Amino acid sequence: MKYVDEFRDGNIASGLAAAIAREANPARRYQFMEFCGGHTHAISRHGVADLLPPNVRMIHGPGCPVCVLPIGRVDLAINLALERGVVLCSYGDTLRVPASNGRSLLKAKAEGADVRMVYSAADALKIARATLAREVVFFAIGFETTTPPTALVLREARSSAVANFSVLCNHVLTPAAIVNILESPEVRTLGTVPLDGFVGPAHVSTVIGTEPYEFFAQEYRKPVVITGFEPLDVLQAILMLVRQVNEGRTEVENQFSRVVSREGNVKAQALVAEVFELRRAFEWRGLGTVPYSALAIRAEFAAFDAERRFGLQYRAVPDNKACECGAILRGVKRPIECKLFGTACTPETPMGSCMVSSEGACAAHYSYGRFRDRAPVTPAATPAAVNA
Amino acid sequence: MCLAVPARILRLEAGDMALVDVGGVRKQVSVALVDGLVPDEYVIVHVGYALARIDPAAAAATLVAMAAAGINAGALV
Repeated sequence: MKYVDEFRDGNIASGLAAAIAREANPARRYQFMEFCGGHTHAISRHGVADLLPPNVRMIHGPGCPVCVLPIGRVDLAINLALERGVVLCSYGDTLRVPASNGRSLLKAKAEGADVRMVYSAADALKIARATLAREVVFFAIGFETTTPPTALVLREARSSAVANFSVLCNHVLTPAAIVNILESPEVRTLGTVPLDGFVGPAHVSTVIGTEPYEFFAQEYRKPVVITGFEPLDVLQAILMLVRQVNEGRTEVENQFSRVVSREGNVKAQALVAEVFELRRAFEWRGLGTVPYSALAIRAEFAAFDAERRFGLQYRAVPDNKACECGAILRGVKRPIECKLFGTACTPETPMGSCMVSSEGACAAHYSYGRFRDRAPVTPAATPAAVNA
Repeated sequence: MCLAVPARILRLEAGDMALVDVGGVRKQVSVALVDGLVPDEYVIVHVGYALARIDPAAAAATLVAMAAAGINAGALV
């Protein structure tokens, strides 16, 4: 596929890896956080971590909207479907997220709830138009990439007066989460990982542009490289970060210039501003309550806001005590340091949200990296060989 | 979740829609978020919506820089 295959070329990858190894100073350590789940997945799937020298480490950040969706928000959706009898439309990503009492949207569906997986927000509105006798709720999640489509659908629902349609909004914001990682009070209890720079989101940045990251480069003195989702993109970005660190620069650089501009998609931004406003606070799984980190539906669209329409009250629910998603989402722990990883918690039976989405740090490591952690079994180490 | 795929515009249709080619698969997507698209341009598509156009010159320049970085330290801009 054009714009995909050529950015997966093995020869160029070897060249970039050699350049990173050549330029990374062996006397120092480089720790870069890839904020976005798309990068986490690409790094695991394409074995990018194996191409890096030992002193260059990638830390997986919280940029997976499924992983940061707290139990209480999934409970709201499940209750709407089970107790209020709505048709609940959701992206496939959220169906298996573990909620209270061992439930998930998929299990609610098995209990008889009308939960429907949709590819697009527009499909949810289509279902509402075809099911006028029922309330249809779209369970909207996602970062800035996914928000403009929801805004378009809300605007269309209002202009064409689709009276049985509403949106349960869980859209969250990237810059607020990065600030939280850099300076939240929880850092004191969980500890923190010194970060030398960020691999910035690819598709989030198509919408918001590179300008919002300039603050991090200036205020926190951290280099940021906005990066595409293919393996060559990630390798090139790591090389650019290594160079910034070596040269003492803290700038926003745009590796993904084929799609991302400094100002972003201004039309999409205007649309989002027309339909949504900032929430004072929103709970993130793993990060806790983060001020001004999410969007709510504006009063002008109140009739299409499921929280107002059904009088929903959010109730925070603590995560499973043994689950280390909180520390993993901050890069303080690695998946294998969680007791549940690969035993009680697997992609088939996820306990924590990092195991649900293929972009979650735990699921990505389970799928592509878990055998790397084990010491290789050599013939000399087996009892038979020793006896012989 | 923020997965988006490159798609080539085949035909613009009524209601801000377009028929696109995604690696050989034809699909109808919304182009309401990107103005002024013409057939044969590439866009990235996320949950059924084109989010941005792909700049072919920038893509080519990126590939050249990637290849050069492997040969010559300091070549990457």
